[in-house]
Amino acid sequence: MYSQGLIGAKTETNEDEAFLAAFQARIDAEEKIEPNDPMPEGYRRTLIRQIGQHAHSEIVGMLPEGNWITRAPSLRRKAALLAKVQDEGGHGLYLYSAAETLGVSREQMTEELLAGKAKYSSIFNYPTLTWADIGAIGWLVDGAAIMNQIPLCRCSYGPYARAMIRVCKEESFHQRQGYEIMMTLAQGTPGQKEMAQDALNRWWWPSLMMFGPHDSDSQHGDQSMRWKIKRFTNDELRQKFVDATVPQGEYLGLTFPDPELKWNDERGAYDFGAIDWDEFWRVVKGGGPMNRERLAARRKAWDDGAWVREAALAHAEKRRARREATKLAAE
Amino acid sequence: MGAAATIDRDTLLTLLLRLADDHLVLGHRLSEWCGHAPMLEEDLAMPNMALDLIGQARALYTYAADVEGKGRTEDDLAYLRLEREYLNCLLVERPNGDFAQTMLRQLYFAAFMEPFWKAAASSTDATVAGIAAKAVKEVAYHIRHAGEWVVRLGDGTEESRRRMEDAIEELAPYLDEIFEDDPVTVQASAAGIAPQPSSLRPAFDRIIGPIFAEAGLTFITPPYSQRGGRKGMHGEAMGFLLADLQHIQRTYPGATW
Ligand SMILES: [Fe+2]
Ligand SMILES: [Fe+2]
Ligand SMILES: [Fe+2]
Repeated sequence: MYSQGLIGAKTETNEDEAFLAAFQARIDAEEKIEPNDPMPEGYRRTLIRQIGQHAHSEIVGMLPEGNWITRAPSLRRKAALLAKVQDEGGHGLYLYSAAETLGVSREQMTEELLAGKAKYSSIFNYPTLTWADIGAIGWLVDGAAIMNQIPLCRCSYGPYARAMIRVCKEESFHQRQGYEIMMTLAQGTPGQKEMAQDALNRWWWPSLMMFGPHDSDSQHGDQSMRWKIKRFTNDELRQKFVDATVPQGEYLGLTFPDPELKWNDERGAYDFGAIDWDEFWRVVKGGGPMNRERLAARRKAWDDGAWVREAALAHAEKRRARREATKLAAE
Repeated sequence: MGAAATIDRDTLLTLLLRLADDHLVLGHRLSEWCGHAPMLEEDLAMPNMALDLIGQARALYTYAADVEGKGRTEDDLAYLRLEREYLNCLLVERPNGDFAQTMLRQLYFAAFMEPFWKAAASSTDATVAGIAAKAVKEVAYHIRHAGEWVVRLGDGTEESRRRMEDAIEELAPYLDEIFEDDPVTVQASAAGIAPQPSSLRPAFDRIIGPIFAEAGLTFITPPYSQRGGRKGMHGEAMGFLLADLQHIQRTYPGATW
């Protein structure tokens, strides 16, 4: 995302101080910015990038959970998981539409994803190894997504804020459903409890990484906060997530894989251990266990589907031509 | 369907399991596409249809378990039988193939089930009638959705047309089986519970005919038909489908999920 300096440099001609100040005044007055309103190029680019990444995350996120649809352990779970993965696809669709209001096409965004140029949430580059991972993803990953997205319901850009309101309702349903899977496992056989613990061990740290780098290392945070695209910093959101989630895990009788995790009375919050940022950057840059396979799966779906999309276009064109021909003949 | 002859419990159970297995297996196949569809809209539409099918399967298994009266649950029936005990027709277990084959399989099954459910909506069995009343609305959407794709692909490009033609040929041997009557269907029909499959062929043809005509496709009659699903004799792909489906239930016997 773009800093104030870069904006000035790129859009000198039409974004003078007065324009930027007027825009900032609208933001400060909590007015919603709508697609046809004047906006700094940097604001537009920041949003395209953020909404695009969010949309891609929904789409790539269908893969790790989709991995268990055919193996879901009961018909009720199978239907629920299928519906959840379908919801995520729906989120992707709303978000691409929201990004399109900023003048970028879904096709363009998809091509950037497939070319490996656009990012998506690093969490989806971890594998789902057992059924408990489906519980852990709902509980932790959808849980973290909610922490991020609830403040986005008040984002200054209208179409994004409105998309988030709809999405958040479904994400909280996913979170409860995931937690309920974990609860069932935690109260189940020793083998099921072990499965649940193993999933928490593997997904906890990657979930904390979902909030992004520490505020001190994050380059884009300040401007996004000033423009009210973001309302809280990465570290603030991560802390909220930890504070909300730890009691839930304790209630399940599971142990968090962090010996330094403990309640701090003075801060009124949980202290927690250091995040492995080397791992985070490795995964973001392509070195996670599943990066190659996730992109390969998206590319394969896109390439294998090319003839279908071409046929749909060709048919629509032929129909239009036939309709026109009959109209002409009738005249 | 007609007079009020009665049906014995085993026959009704067989009838219900055939239907339930059809819906579960096709729903399972369709769900294999999830996240891998040719376009995002289809990543939403295919799970929609899969959810309908799995929902119908659940209602049917639940009733079958009831009829059986041995304390088994929908999941026991769906997950814990041997391959030779699954009674779905061969059509629904056919591997997805490409998108053309998946959509044609969907259209065929829906075009069979729509007249089936319409007739079953006035079943003498109230539970079957209830399931039918809900399913008939859902299956109408499946016909519309899959039918539109068959038209688009048949009419679209040279490649899509060739793929549709291949799909027609690929699935042709599995159609006759779904229309086959046998002592189970004879008894079910005599008792007014469900229609004879053979009686649904004209309605099926009335659905498929205009769609193929609009798509410029020709229906073919294969030299040989394949049968066996209703007696639990499946294709080689079925074992792998069940291996996926049953994996967790078999690995952790008796656990609750
Ligand atoms: Fe989502
Ligand atoms: Fe999300
Ligand atoms: Fe979600």
